[in-house]
Amino acid sequence: MVRKTLVATEAHGEEGGLVFHPLDQFIVKPLFGEAGDAVHWYTITNVTLWMALAVIAIVALFVFGSRGRAIVPTRTQSIGEILYGFTYKMVEDVAGKDAVKFFPYIMTLFMFILFANYLGLLPMSFATTSHIAVTAVLALAVFLTVTIVGFVKNGAKFLGLFWVSSAPLALRPILAIIELISYFVRPVSHSIRLGGNIMAGHAVMKVFAGFAAVAAISPFAVVSITAIYGLEVLVAGVQAYVFTILTCVYLHDALHPSH
Amino acid sequence: MATETENGVADAAHGAAEASGAGMPQLEFSTFGNQIFWLVVALVIIFFVLSKIALPRIAGVLAERQGTITNDLAAAEELKQKAVDAEEAYKKALADARAEANKIVADAKAEIQSDLDAAQAKADAEIAAKTAESEKAISEIRAGALESATEVAKDTTKEILAAMGFSADAKTVDAAVSERIKG
Repeated sequence: MVRKTLVATEAHGEEGGLVFHPLDQFIVKPLFGEAGDAVHWYTITNVTLWMALAVIAIVALFVFGSRGRAIVPTRTQSIGEILYGFTYKMVEDVAGKDAVKFFPYIMTLFMFILFANYLGLLPMSFATTSHIAVTAVLALAVFLTVTIVGFVKNGAKFLGLFWVSSAPLALRPILAIIELISYFVRPVSHSIRLGGNIMAGHAVMKVFAGFAAVAAISPFAVVSITAIYGLEVLVAGVQAYVFTILTCVYLHDALHPSH
Repeated sequence: MATETENGVADAAHGAAEASGAGMPQLEFSTFGNQIFWLVVALVIIFFVLSKIALPRIAGVLAERQGTITNDLAAAEELKQKAVDAEEAYKKALADARAEANKIVADAKAEIQSDLDAAQAKADAEIAAKTAESEKAISEIRAGALESATEVAKDTTKEILAAMGFSADAKTVDAAVSERIKG
């Protein structure tokens, strides 16, 4: 009832100049041409633009930043090296030493999500990782890779992941069903965790931005936006990190399926 | 009131649908193909840039830096060892020099001692010779003195006898005097 009333107020507000369009920032629209043009798979859209900016930022940091190959690194090279070392250590520690050959894949995922999250925090930008289509592809890629790697490396023994040999025999079939369900829920939680976090944060900021138009509560709204923005800066990094470390955990399961 | 609210929601939803299609843009399936296509393009570019250029380069730089640090540490260790060796050599040279000096001093002392001993022996011998000579001379003098005293005693006795008017045989007198002196 409360929510409905709020929606009603919003609806009334539209007449009085208070406009809430917290989800409009997520609309995929063609970069060139009319607003109502159809979006084909090849259309250059705001998605293309912000993903391209992420790619450019990554290339700038890792390729141009390290072009000097300096023994004593410059600042940019140092940042690249820290991210490299951080990710490498995470893969090695969480997924195991034999997972190091997957390091470029994990680095690709981590850097894309990290840069997309932070670029999405720029005002007027488009957060590509707030879309379930994007995060679902990322999560499904991880899920499929991990499953295929698990079967290729361990064969049928990979199914041991679902057969908890340390549990009492009577409980094992039940646990196997639970493990199987949790295994297939992984890509869902993996993708919705990232997409949901980013979307929710951006939507909340937009709602407070709408309140800022009302003089009486505008100071409160601006302070709130500032606070939430700070939180979102944290969330952007943490969610990229969580996505990556979960990828490492799943990869560890695939390489060492025995409990 | 309830119906009014419902109507409001319906209106809002309708307005949103008109503006952006239907509800959440996230669920606008017609844009999924576009997003997935560009995502795959972006990921492939990032993957190739990272795996072909950036990551090997950074790995190389890190390895090179590690190598440089290791080499520098080894060089420092070597220099330290050299310093220790030099100190050892210096100490050894010092000890040698000290030993040499001690040896020279001891040699000099021994030489002086031997010279001294020789000189002393020589002096002792000379002194002994002189003493023997002197003793000889003294004994000669002493013998001479005894003889003289005997002579004087004999002469004196003869004279006394003569003065008293006795004539005595010289040989008898001598024998008597010699007897007296001996006794």
